[in-house]
Amino acid sequence: MAEQKKGWFDVVKSSYVWKSMFRHEYQDTYRNRVLQVSSNVFLHLHPTKIRRHALRLRFTWCMGGITFLLFLILVVTGVILMFYYRPTGEYAYHDMKYLQFDVPFGMIMRNMHRWGAHAMVIAVWLHMFRVFMTGSYKPPREFNWVIGVNLLVMTLMLSFTGYLLPWDQLSIWAVTVGTNMGRATPMIGQEGPFSELLGVDARYDARALLTAGRLIGPATLLRFYVLHCIFIPLIAAVLMIVHFWRVRKDGGISGPL
Amino acid sequence: MAGTVKSEDGTNPEGHIWRIAPTRRDLLGFLGWGAVLSSIGIGTLAFVRFMYPRVLFEPPSQFKIGRPTEYAPLSTSEKWIKALRLWIVRYDDRFIAISAICTHLGCTPRYLGTEDKYKCPCHGSGYRGFSSGWKVNATNFEGPAPRPMERFKLALADDGQMIVDKSATFRIDKLEFDKPGAYLPFA
Repeated sequence: MAEQKKGWFDVVKSSYVWKSMFRHEYQDTYRNRVLQVSSNVFLHLHPTKIRRHALRLRFTWCMGGITFLLFLILVVTGVILMFYYRPTGEYAYHDMKYLQFDVPFGMIMRNMHRWGAHAMVIAVWLHMFRVFMTGSYKPPREFNWVIGVNLLVMTLMLSFTGYLLPWDQLSIWAVTVGTNMGRATPMIGQEGPFSELLGVDARYDARALLTAGRLIGPATLLRFYVLHCIFIPLIAAVLMIVHFWRVRKDGGISGPL
Repeated sequence: MAGTVKSEDGTNPEGHIWRIAPTRRDLLGFLGWGAVLSSIGIGTLAFVRFMYPRVLFEPPSQFKIGRPTEYAPLSTSEKWIKALRLWIVRYDDRFIAISAICTHLGCTPRYLGTEDKYKCPCHGSGYRGFSSGWKVNATNFEGPAPRPMERFKLALADDGQMIVDKSATFRIDKLEFDKPGAYLPFA
């Protein structure tokens, strides 16, 4: 009886190094299939088994997954853009143009980031629409709906803060309009109801917290940059972890009744 | 659960939930959590204050804008619209400085001399022009703007030039257009 020849992949799989990383046996058994998912930090957010209906595109539209994929694309392209972009008044606009017209693959990185951001906002709304129309916000998933609404807000805040970074006329006036709405915040907005009670003015109010002063200036640009690249993505990532975790804990992807 | 009365076997013989006197564990728990929460609270307040710098690197608010006679009688001057974002309007007996900030959402309206009105390019707000008189000038009449444009403080410097102070604004809805400084009398 001829001994079966071991391929190079079998040699790798039987090595000490491989086994230290992947503790389960490779034999195709039901138990090993589960272990492959549950013992892997990247895969363990997936359920170890899914119901057939979870794959039905006409029910889920895969919009949550598409949103997450777009978020990952935005993280990667965003980090790549950060290698050239300087968030200061003198440089920001020129760095954006430099990325577009001179840096190799800069144009596609910037455009992927831009269109991905637009697409993510659309996908988030469609995801919310699907969840609403299928009644998937109902108990026991009501808390995850709340997390989802917060994620929607984070997505919109990411769009808003990112809009200033090209530092052109469109950016500045869009953010002027956007932050001026903050003046009408109750209590803490300069022109909002009850603002007299706290004595807030243009220098110290909700808008000035965002714009770092009375005007949209270089200080605003830096502040929006930090919010866009660090602060909001971190919050969004934490909320996403909770969101995906709750999908599983609340009984998996909701199916047709 | 802290504060429950339990006998040695873990049951609750007296049937009520709260103990009268706090135990050492309750006290330490209160102090520990109090320290953690107050640290977070103080840190949050400090962060909010941190986000309001003491010095802002913004343009000065007072500018000399030349002598009154440099402005043509009965005219709306666009001389400072680019640099200072305001119009200087000269009437028979006074000057006013209109802030070129749309009261809707803060864009810069255009002065359309032939139509004698101000028009905002962002959302279409329109304001009355020169012929409506010094008090009604820049009052909204179309589009989403909620109130007339604001005015800046005008004064005369020692050297005979006018000084405009952009940090002092006057609003008609607060009945401030008659206040001293809201206009500069000039005969």
